[in-house]
Amino acid sequence: MQQFVNVTLTGLISGSVYAAFALALVLIWRSTRIVNFAQGSMAAATSFIALALIQSGWSYWLALVVALVSGFVLGAVVERVVIRPVEGGPELNAVIVTLGLFIAFQALIAIVYGSSFESFPAPFGLRGFSIGDTTIALTPNSLYVLGAVVVTMVGLIALFRFTRVGLAMRASAFGQEVARLLGVRVGRMLTLGWALAAVVGSLSGLLIAGGGLVWPAYMDALIVFGFVAAVLGGLDSPVGAVVGGLSIGLALAYVSAYIDPALVNLAALVILMVVLLVRPGGLFASSTARRA
Amino acid sequence: MSQPQDTTATSSGEMSSESPTESTAAANAPSAGASTGRSLLPSNTLLRHLLVLLLCAVVAVVLLESTDQFTNSQLAQLSYYAIAAGGLTVLTGLNGQISLGHGALMAVGAYTTALFLEAEEPLPLPVVLLVAVLLTTLVGALVGVAAARLHGPYLAGATLALAVGLPGLALYFREWLGGEQGLRVRAPRAPEAFDGFIGFVSGNPASNTKWLAYLGAICLLITFFLLANLARSRVGRTWRAVRDQEVAAELAGIDLGAWRVLAFVVSAACAGLGGAVLALVVRLAAPSGFTLVLSLALLTAIVIGGLGSLFGALLGSALLVFLPPFVTDLGADLGLNNTEAAQLAPFVYGVVLVVVMIFAPAGVVGSVRLRWRTWRARRAASAAGRA
Amino acid sequence: MTRSSRRLTRILATATVASTLAACGGGDGGSGGGGGGENEASDIGITEDSIKIGAHYPLTGVAAPGYSEIPTGVQAYFDCLNQEGGINGREIEYIYRDDAYNPTNTSAVVNQLVLEDEVFAIMGGLGTPTHSAVLEFLNAEGVPDLFVASGSRLWGENPEDYPYTFGWQTDYESEGKIIGQYIAENFPDARVGLFLQDDDFGEDGERGIREYIDDQIVAAERYVPGNTDVGPQIAALQAAGADFVVGFNVPSYTALSQLVALRLGYQPQWFYSNVGSDPALVGSLLQNFSQGAVSDASLLDGALTTEYLPGVDAPDNAWVQEFQRIWDECGGEGELTNYRIYGMAQAFTTAQALQAAGQNPTRDGLVEAIETAGSEWEGPTFAPFRYSEDSHMGTSGMQVSRITGTTAEEQTPVLVTDLGNAEIEEFDGEQAPPPANAIPDVESVVD
Repeated sequence: MQQFVNVTLTGLISGSVYAAFALALVLIWRSTRIVNFAQGSMAAATSFIALALIQSGWSYWLALVVALVSGFVLGAVVERVVIRPVEGGPELNAVIVTLGLFIAFQALIAIVYGSSFESFPAPFGLRGFSIGDTTIALTPNSLYVLGAVVVTMVGLIALFRFTRVGLAMRASAFGQEVARLLGVRVGRMLTLGWALAAVVGSLSGLLIAGGGLVWPAYMDALIVFGFVAAVLGGLDSPVGAVVGGLSIGLALAYVSAYIDPALVNLAALVILMVVLLVRPGGLFASSTARRA
Repeated sequence: MSQPQDTTATSSGEMSSESPTESTAAANAPSAGASTGRSLLPSNTLLRHLLVLLLCAVVAVVLLESTDQFTNSQLAQLSYYAIAAGGLTVLTGLNGQISLGHGALMAVGAYTTALFLEAEEPLPLPVVLLVAVLLTTLVGALVGVAAARLHGPYLAGATLALAVGLPGLALYFREWLGGEQGLRVRAPRAPEAFDGFIGFVSGNPASNTKWLAYLGAICLLITFFLLANLARSRVGRTWRAVRDQEVAAELAGIDLGAWRVLAFVVSAACAGLGGAVLALVVRLAAPSGFTLVLSLALLTAIVIGGLGSLFGALLGSALLVFLPPFVTDLGADLGLNNTEAAQLAPFVYGVVLVVVMIFAPAGVVGSVRLRWRTWRARRAASAAGRA
Repeated sequence: MTRSSRRLTRILATATVASTLAACGGGDGGSGGGGGGENEASDIGITEDSIKIGAHYPLTGVAAPGYSEIPTGVQAYFDCLNQEGGINGREIEYIYRDDAYNPTNTSAVVNQLVLEDEVFAIMGGLGTPTHSAVLEFLNAEGVPDLFVASGSRLWGENPEDYPYTFGWQTDYESEGKIIGQYIAENFPDARVGLFLQDDDFGEDGERGIREYIDDQIVAAERYVPGNTDVGPQIAALQAAGADFVVGFNVPSYTALSQLVALRLGYQPQWFYSNVGSDPALVGSLLQNFSQGAVSDASLLDGALTTEYLPGVDAPDNAWVQEFQRIWDECGGEGELTNYRIYGMAQAFTTAQALQAAGQNPTRDGLVEAIETAGSEWEGPTFAPFRYSEDSHMGTSGMQVSRITGTTAEEQTPVLVTDLGNAEIEEFDGEQAPPPANAIPDVESVVD
């Protein structure tokens, strides 16, 4: 029983980080109809900026803010400089550009920072809470992770539902011409979408790094599972991203504990296939998703 | 679609995927160069492709005999990437389906080859290769049925999961598939006739490296020959229709799903053969050889080279093989230590991907062809003006 | 090191050689110089004044952290060796290439090393799946394949199949046996759980350990390298009631398993195999977590481990001091680490092998030299190598130590054993002190 509880908690925590990453992918998808494979190495880059600051004596929170701001800038610059020229072109070209960025950023981190393991500090404790004399796999830090993801999700939903900017962003993504006619500055909205997504991506990078190890390729697993989670949920839906992330996290933890850790990735494939065969646009597909 | 003007492009062993308007424009432009091209090559597609095949075979022999052993080994590498990329370019370029999972299909081919060569008295190599292709085709059909229902990023996600998921089987069935350290492949020795052939052609020693390079080249030529014919046939035209005019094709009675599955099956067969050749050249089938990196490399190769073009797939594969050692050596010449030089290679590769996509969105072959057409049309127009 | 400074070194080295040769002129026959004749370009990769050695390591990608430091240690050792005149007046030219821990790439870069760079020998190729991709090729081409950096039995078990390949470090099975016997003798009541990397490393280790304490093992959990979430595995060990966990894992997973155990409030006696126990590295990794959650390296305090080579946790060891000097004088950026010491120690053995192969070494002569004399060489390893015509296995033994802070206290004498049923015995020799400048002085056994 204790094992089951602990495995479940472990799965929930990693699932929530997958969810955060999936949210970033959903954001970019909603704003530019592009799946950003570079998300992971962009997030790794900002995490390494934060790490450098922390190692030189800054507080975690200040470093977090700097990392998120640099994520915002990085996202905006990437959209303006390299994504803008391929926007509206063949779908595959944008995919290749983001793949190229993914490879280049990761290599750049290794060149600048070297290829070694570094530990990334956590803002809260890493010891599990005790109930009676049993300890469960829930730590103050994992509560922070869960909280941060929930806040981000609620924030994004609110942004899209209740603010003019959010509405303008959605309009720019769905119908550029119409949006332009209605006076939306589409270009700015696209840039904003990428910038916000990079912030969310950076956050997920920092969350998974906290209390763990980082190295230039540490986000690789997250890219795969984050993408799978986003697709599982339906790329258009923030709620779908979170549900997808949590279910992938839980399922993989159970497979790892009770079947065989070698089958974790295969399990992700099976789950995704089953869901997509029933609902080709993901769990929370809107009617337009299939056309995409 | 077999306008005489296309022969110039086809002679490099590619299939064109031009949109109707472009080819009409080209067809309407009479040109001296094109008509001499027609007089040299027969108008029958199959015959023409056979001639090109023969020409390419000669080029391959010349290339393999005029270069050193190391280049031979790089050409062997090139062949397995190009075989798989050729299949992928049919799927993605002609039929419009993205796949991030062809590395996993290559793994199926490689493991099958390794298993069949493990036997005390293994079957003849061509049979083993055929079995590898058939088995991968089967897996490809399964994946294809699922993939036919999916679009864009959903298909990308599913195939991505395939790329990372399938190699896990090798770990799970570790007794049988060798786990993390994989299965070592005993590549069969070259037949005596091969020694004789090399001795006759160039007098070079017939090393094992050379034998593998020839094996790769033969598989590559056969694959590209078959693919080029397929692309030029009714099948290829239907695929393009499914890609470009979904609704019209459906109205014309084309079963979209079945054609998509067929495209997947064909490309899976190529991936299987590519994997089999890889297993022979690398002498190992192990999960760490079939990571997501491989699948992504194949995709980048076909887009950079020029989507839908076999020649483009070949060019893109060449980039995969020749760019990293080139950059590493350049880095070392510039005074970097071995580690820094090695780190430079992926960085340059990533930058090349971005730059090519921004400045040559149609890939190398596509962009060159576009330039060539514009130039020819302009020349034709000015000639017409003078007349 | 830049090209130009390397060239400078070469000029300096040639000058030093000239003076050394002059000094030795009427002397004692020099260090290992057979015959005393002229240097000749005796084989591929050998010229009158250079020997080319190649290697493959993961320098980029997921396996790069840690492992990519090894060749920098090798390079530092060879640079210092070259400054002192190299081997028989030949400077060692060391080329290492990146395979990203992908066998497909290993095959390509080893082709390049052998066919294009034309190295004399390959040294320290890292990884079981990666190196097994080039095993056949190197042996078919007759390229000496020295001191593969992995504890698989593949490299030394069958010299008749792979006559050019040699292992170096203690194989995982022997290590498992030594650990098993230690537990059986000292913790007979422990309920043992195994935490294993899902490859030959975990597999061989498990086989060895089960020979001694099969009935004490209550759980064996595997992790797949690359999947950093080992929570389910540690939770399963805890649930199985294991109060003694033996880890056959790499250092990053030592840190990860400790963090998960902390989260779960799980406190068994830990025993990390040699590969995973780098206390300096793991300690510094764990040290950095803030908020008092992990205050220092205390998590690893009291853990047991095995050692076959002195590491940075033994700063008083004469070999470690010599390696520290070499790193300071000839190394690049960063600190001396156990990875770098590993590289230097392998480079030392390579230098011994080259000396033993005589003044004008050939590839076959090098193999013969290691088979003939390799088992007698003294070096940084605690126990001798097993090299002979019948075995190409590396060093045969290790000692059990307990980690306290960032140092290690020995718990047993050096124990030696071999594959299969071979008994575990106490090694009666002492570790020899390093020779001057840590440059070996081995007699030629060829010609």
